[in-house]
Amino acid sequence: MNRWIPYIAKRLFYMALTLFIIITATFFLMNFLPGTPFNNQDRLSASQLEMLNKKYGFDQPLFSRYLNYLGNILHGDFGISLQFSDQKITTLLGQRMGPSIQLGLQAVLFGTVVGVFLGMIAAMHQNRGLDVFCSLFAITGRSVPNFVVAVLLQYLFAITLKWLPIGLWDEGFRSTILPTLALSISPMAESCRFIRTEMVEVLSSDYIELARAKGMSEIRIAFSHGLRNALIPLITVLGPMTVSLMTGSLVVENIFAVPGIGEQFTKSILSNDYYTIMAVTILFSALLVTVIFLTDILYQLIDPRVRVEGQA
Amino acid sequence: MIEAILRVNHLSVSFDTYAGTVRAVRDISFDLGPGETLALVGESGCGKSVTCRSVMGLLARNARVEAGEILFQGEDLLKKSNREMRAIRGGKIAMIFQDPMTSLDPTMKIGRQIAEAVTLHRKVSRGEAKRRVLELLQLVGIEEGEKRYHQYPHEFSGGQRQRIVIAIALAADPRILIADEPTTALDVTMQAQILDLMKDIQRKTGTSVIFITHDLGVVANVADRVAVMYAGRIVEIGTADEVFYDPRHPYTWGLLASMPTLATEDEKLYAIPGTPPTLIDPQPGDLFAPRNPYALEADKIAEPPLFPVSGTHFAATWLLDPRAPKIDPPEAIRRRARERGSL
Amino acid sequence: MSEAKVLIPDSAFVPAASAAAQAEPELPRALSFLEDSWRKLRKNKAAVVTLALLIIITTLAFLAPVLAPFDPNEQHLAHKNLPPKWPGVSLNGLNGTSEFRGRRIDAYALAKVQEDQYYLLGTDEFGRDLLSRCLWGTRISLTIAFIAAVLDLTIGISYGLFSAMKGGRVDNAMQRALEILSGIPSLVLVVLMLLVFQPGIASIILAMVISSWIPMARVVRAEALKTKQMEYVQAARALGASEVKIALGHILPNISGIVIVRAMFSIPSAIFFETFLSFLGVGMRIPNASIGTLLNGGYKVFRLYPYQMFIPAAILCVIMLSFNLFADGLRDVFDPKMKE
Repeated sequence: MNRWIPYIAKRLFYMALTLFIIITATFFLMNFLPGTPFNNQDRLSASQLEMLNKKYGFDQPLFSRYLNYLGNILHGDFGISLQFSDQKITTLLGQRMGPSIQLGLQAVLFGTVVGVFLGMIAAMHQNRGLDVFCSLFAITGRSVPNFVVAVLLQYLFAITLKWLPIGLWDEGFRSTILPTLALSISPMAESCRFIRTEMVEVLSSDYIELARAKGMSEIRIAFSHGLRNALIPLITVLGPMTVSLMTGSLVVENIFAVPGIGEQFTKSILSNDYYTIMAVTILFSALLVTVIFLTDILYQLIDPRVRVEGQA
Repeated sequence: MIEAILRVNHLSVSFDTYAGTVRAVRDISFDLGPGETLALVGESGCGKSVTCRSVMGLLARNARVEAGEILFQGEDLLKKSNREMRAIRGGKIAMIFQDPMTSLDPTMKIGRQIAEAVTLHRKVSRGEAKRRVLELLQLVGIEEGEKRYHQYPHEFSGGQRQRIVIAIALAADPRILIADEPTTALDVTMQAQILDLMKDIQRKTGTSVIFITHDLGVVANVADRVAVMYAGRIVEIGTADEVFYDPRHPYTWGLLASMPTLATEDEKLYAIPGTPPTLIDPQPGDLFAPRNPYALEADKIAEPPLFPVSGTHFAATWLLDPRAPKIDPPEAIRRRARERGSL
Repeated sequence: MSEAKVLIPDSAFVPAASAAAQAEPELPRALSFLEDSWRKLRKNKAAVVTLALLIIITTLAFLAPVLAPFDPNEQHLAHKNLPPKWPGVSLNGLNGTSEFRGRRIDAYALAKVQEDQYYLLGTDEFGRDLLSRCLWGTRISLTIAFIAAVLDLTIGISYGLFSAMKGGRVDNAMQRALEILSGIPSLVLVVLMLLVFQPGIASIILAMVISSWIPMARVVRAEALKTKQMEYVQAARALGASEVKIALGHILPNISGIVIVRAMFSIPSAIFFETFLSFLGVGMRIPNASIGTLLNGGYKVFRLYPYQMFIPAAILCVIMLSFNLFADGLRDVFDPKMKE
């Protein structure tokens, strides 16, 4: 157990450093943004503008604002939204976490389960009809952007067939089906391709041949030895995949009017809401580094081979 | 003669590849008696592994059995369904692979890997299966079975892993054990130990063994009979004594001459010139002829049949035709026979 | 056996003439790297078909100034939202009619379009010809993608090679920097960058390149480190070749296959980013046409005029699919490790 402590400490240090650099960079970057967050600036008088600047702290020197900002973040305070003038960003984003997380998890779960299944079928029928079908499916999923899929699904199932709601987050699970499907396309394609490649390699390995020589059926080999060995490396891509899915949901959330982080981010961008943009950036980055860290740990816990190399 | 447990008759196997059809095994026949050890010897690519994979029903997808039959206890294995073959594979005929470092699933505890082989062929409870696994571990010489049961393959050395692979093969008391170069990947001391173990096990269980190897030194230790293969054919087959001390085929001469003995002091080791032929559209005639210093004009016309030397000894060379000129085997071979005589 | 005896004449039982000394078969002429690659690529049907498609699409897009029947930005409000109409085709969807309250109406007649006037892909909400806009839009999107890919390649190779050749502390520091940069989700990074720069083609390219060269640099470094260990590189070093010469003369040519494959994959990803940003509203600015802005425009009206959305979507899908399939084919040729 002891060997974990220095490793984890080192990783945590680099995570903190990464986040610090990202916070600093975004902060200064935002200050170079053209335009101001006050979209009706032209109509504001000089004194009004001064008041607003004072209210949001824009009259302070840049560096002291930066220090303030850092201090506040340590207390979990990301400032006040410029767009919704009295909203604390922490509360604002807190409200919007729920739908994004729900969509993200549903999409990853559904996408990987289907993808792994397709990848397995493809590997077991290598270079035959089913394989070609699964591979074509995977490459299509990789090629077509999720917002295009979202629009097509919306057109087909909501507008033409009227089976499911067009958008808005007001019909419980039914509202989540189409956005989940649209978002699940890329993890599906990704894991299908990944599992196929891994499985093809695993299935040609000596221990699979030994399992055949034991008299085991192909199906049982695929599940008990093949999938077991092919799934472990999938863990390494699963985490980053989840994060990219959540950031990728920016437009999809917009299309289906999901009150999530992505939709908030889009709104903030279009209205130059500095502090919210920064908060979301930091949030997503924190999510990404944490997830990568966790998957690394998980991978080492699960794969007996990596475990030993770590000991050596 | 005792009824053979396995009889391979005129087996031919081809592979379809992009480059053409590879005639990997061409008209092979041999049989295996109960408790007997038959060695299949030859260079890589000579078809010895393909022969064994046909027996196991484990040929690659692009392989085709062109002709022949494989009779196991009188039944043709080539006519069996997948399901029937699964019961035979591991149950009646088991196999040991070449590289113990890659033959075990790295993510599964070895106890479970052996138990799998037990429960696939026997209806037993978990407790009984585990008891059987521990018994097998003891049989193959792995100490502290109870603790080892819960370890992963990487926690074992190469030799120990090969013992585990052997335990898996023995799980269901097979009638035939096919060992595909089981010692090639091991270092010399390990080789001797594994060979001893196999002999020991054969004595205890009475299984028949097909031993595939390219190393005649290994063969001398374990085999009752030897079949020498070249380019997909058996070119010489006989008892170990006959093949070692009275070889008739020039290829066997070459193999034996290239094998170091205590007598080979400072002279250079012999190497058979050239490389094995490709088996895509093989040219007519004896495929060994281009590498054979004793080749006859007849070799260019047709492949020689197996000429009987004795009741148990056959060799496929035109040199055994009564019309052929009398040719003496090379000095190294004659010396070997003399040394044997003087023992 | 007796048959065989009949077949072989007695005279054949003499030692064979020069049997052992048969002529070595003549080796086929060695193929050059390109010839060999092309030969292998040709076997992959999907790659060949998509390569042809890509050539056609690229040619059409870059000939846009010649081929486009109209000025892509010319507004003709009277002719707005006209469905596609093809000469001599009476199929619904291609005959200039649209469905209105359950009835088919001739949109062209309604807009008083001249009889011989055809908009093959229809018009948008400002009456601009969609075919012309698609041609120009594809041209811009492809340009952005190609330039971005070239920049990725240049920066990635320089950074990766330098890092690998220096090794030690420099390499370590450079890798840490990469790690930190890759801690920001690329989509967010691109969006941030676009907010900072003035909108336009150059900013889009710059914003994309900022995040997308990272994987390229990683691949180059990893491959270069492997190649560095090779005997022939060691030999070159022993002969006194300079580090620069080793990097450019020995290592780069040997990792070029993998680099080409990666570059091929970075084109579709650049196209994706462009459409994504433009769709989001921070990419190309209207009225300039790109696939992304066309999608954005189409999406605004797609409940009423779905063709305005579907046409650019279809173009995007075909391009993305072709690039990915072709890149897959290239990978099989250049990166045999991935080949099954």
